[in-house]
Amino acid sequence: MTTTIQTLEPAERPLQIMSSRLEGELLEVSMGPQHPSTHGVFRMNVALDGEIVRKLKPVFGYLHRNHEKIGENMSYLGSMPYTDRLDYFCSMTNNWAYALSVEKLAGIEVPERAEYLRIILAELTRLQNHASLLGFLLSDMGAWGTPLMYAFREREKILDLFESLSGSRMMCDYMRFGGCRVDASADWLAGAKKIVDAFPKFLDEFEKLIVENEILIARTQEVGKLSADLAISAGITGPMLRACGVNYDIRKVDGYGFYPRFKFRIPLGEHGDTYDRLMMRALEMRESIGILKQAFEQIPEGPIMNPKVKIRGFRPPVGEAYGRIEAPKGELGFYLISDGSPNPYRYRVRPPSFINLTILEDLCLGHTVADVMVILGSVDIVMGEVDR
Amino acid sequence: MMDSPEQIKTRIESAVPGAKIDIVLNGSPSQQSSLLIDKEHARQIAQFLRDDAALRLDFCSNVTGMDWLDRVVTKKVIVKKIVEGEEKEAEETQQEKIPGYLEAVYHLYSIEHKHGPIIIRMRTNDRSAEAPLPSLTPIWRSAEFQEREIFDLYGIRFDGHPDLRRILMWDEFKDYPMRKDYRDPDDYEYEPTPHDDVLERAKQHYAPRPQLDGAENITAQP
Repeated sequence: MTTTIQTLEPAERPLQIMSSRLEGELLEVSMGPQHPSTHGVFRMNVALDGEIVRKLKPVFGYLHRNHEKIGENMSYLGSMPYTDRLDYFCSMTNNWAYALSVEKLAGIEVPERAEYLRIILAELTRLQNHASLLGFLLSDMGAWGTPLMYAFREREKILDLFESLSGSRMMCDYMRFGGCRVDASADWLAGAKKIVDAFPKFLDEFEKLIVENEILIARTQEVGKLSADLAISAGITGPMLRACGVNYDIRKVDGYGFYPRFKFRIPLGEHGDTYDRLMMRALEMRESIGILKQAFEQIPEGPIMNPKVKIRGFRPPVGEAYGRIEAPKGELGFYLISDGSPNPYRYRVRPPSFINLTILEDLCLGHTVADVMVILGSVDIVMGEVDR
Repeated sequence: MMDSPEQIKTRIESAVPGAKIDIVLNGSPSQQSSLLIDKEHARQIAQFLRDDAALRLDFCSNVTGMDWLDRVVTKKVIVKKIVEGEEKEAEETQQEKIPGYLEAVYHLYSIEHKHGPIIIRMRTNDRSAEAPLPSLTPIWRSAEFQEREIFDLYGIRFDGHPDLRRILMWDEFKDYPMRKDYRDPDDYEYEPTPHDDVLERAKQHYAPRPQLDGAENITAQP
């Protein structure tokens, strides 16, 4: 017995019409949390019309460990190493913001040499943060590996400096209220000066990669435009705010530390797009090098700790204080309330990258999925700080 | 030069009729005193602070919550007493009970005039779950995520917030972790799954069944 298999001739097969657009229907995509371009465990719920973003809701909290509650249960000194873990790229500036708030709360003076050391370390932190941000951003855009390695080569030199000074490359725990933990030797300062002097050479080379690169210009100009009004209203700070042309740098406005003694300019953008945000970092690095060179010339000899401060068993007077600094990512503030006990009653971190994410949806609407990654990269987030 | 909190208080009171404002003094060396504003006029006061030409507090930097438990304040009061037919003034300690409340604090700066901070606070009536406060997100967009965080961790409900959801904890989470009387659960992994019912049925299944005892001895007829 034979069986015949009936087959349809190709012409008789029903045609499946694949539309390139989903007519009237939006496709919901969950980008992240495990995604190489989200810079950590960050998720975006995106509604897509074809490739165009129509809605975007950021979802985070995967790294949440209630940093603020832990801070309430710790002594003032005990929180200092924990601030390193907020923005783990810039532990030095985190330390400084926290130390500054405690100093405001208790009215502590800082010796001159310590203030200079703080400025040197904060500006070195800015150099390595901005350099690696540019590397990551190029990596997100498809320039896989090489630019990031150029940036990391320079970052490595700065991390070596941090290690030889504080004993740790990233978790420095270097500052104390009333000064710094260890003094920098003359050798260390000479070594740091050498690295800073060589840095412009790297910048020249790196800027050549980005400034006139056709692909980069096509991917970043007119992408993710932010208006100055929205940026101010949404509390955007740091290079992102200045890329919109708003002249607001806390180093100039508050003049904390010894910044008023230094000559430096504030680079400003014009369009507020991704390209401006990118260039803002490159230009800020140039200014940081200027500040560092002045600091190496001016740094005086002297003590690095205020001898009157009892950092162990430290009890500030009853009251509250909000201290803020210009961290590489924006305004980093600590809000402390003391009830006179050894632990703060309230310990609040004002994280710049968390608040800079507020307008992520506004920036991405109308752009393609590929642009979302570039825009997110230019916001410069670190999940340790966003989730706390 | 920026106005002192007292000057700002009088200016708000003349601009927003009926607004009640108290100055919360700060005794620490930071000397950052704050203005306690009433809930009913909060939105108008915030709008005034933002739009007033001299203040222009257009940048709301930091928004955060606070939990104040019930507390007892002991005060020394001079009381007139009649001792042995004579009226005398005696000092007496009195205890005043202050009920707890939740608080939201806003740190305001001006980008236009480069001054600040002006600190405003609002207090809820009590510490109940989802105690209401007016949202200031319509005035300053930067409060959007930060008010969501306060809602998430402190349980203050911000009326008028465009998208009030939990932000750091997951949506199904109950309780408010930043409150002072929060106790963390014994089992974070607990989920109300059918697991318990299944266990109960299994227990019944393995219960001794006397009517079947000795059944293994019954063999088939040879």
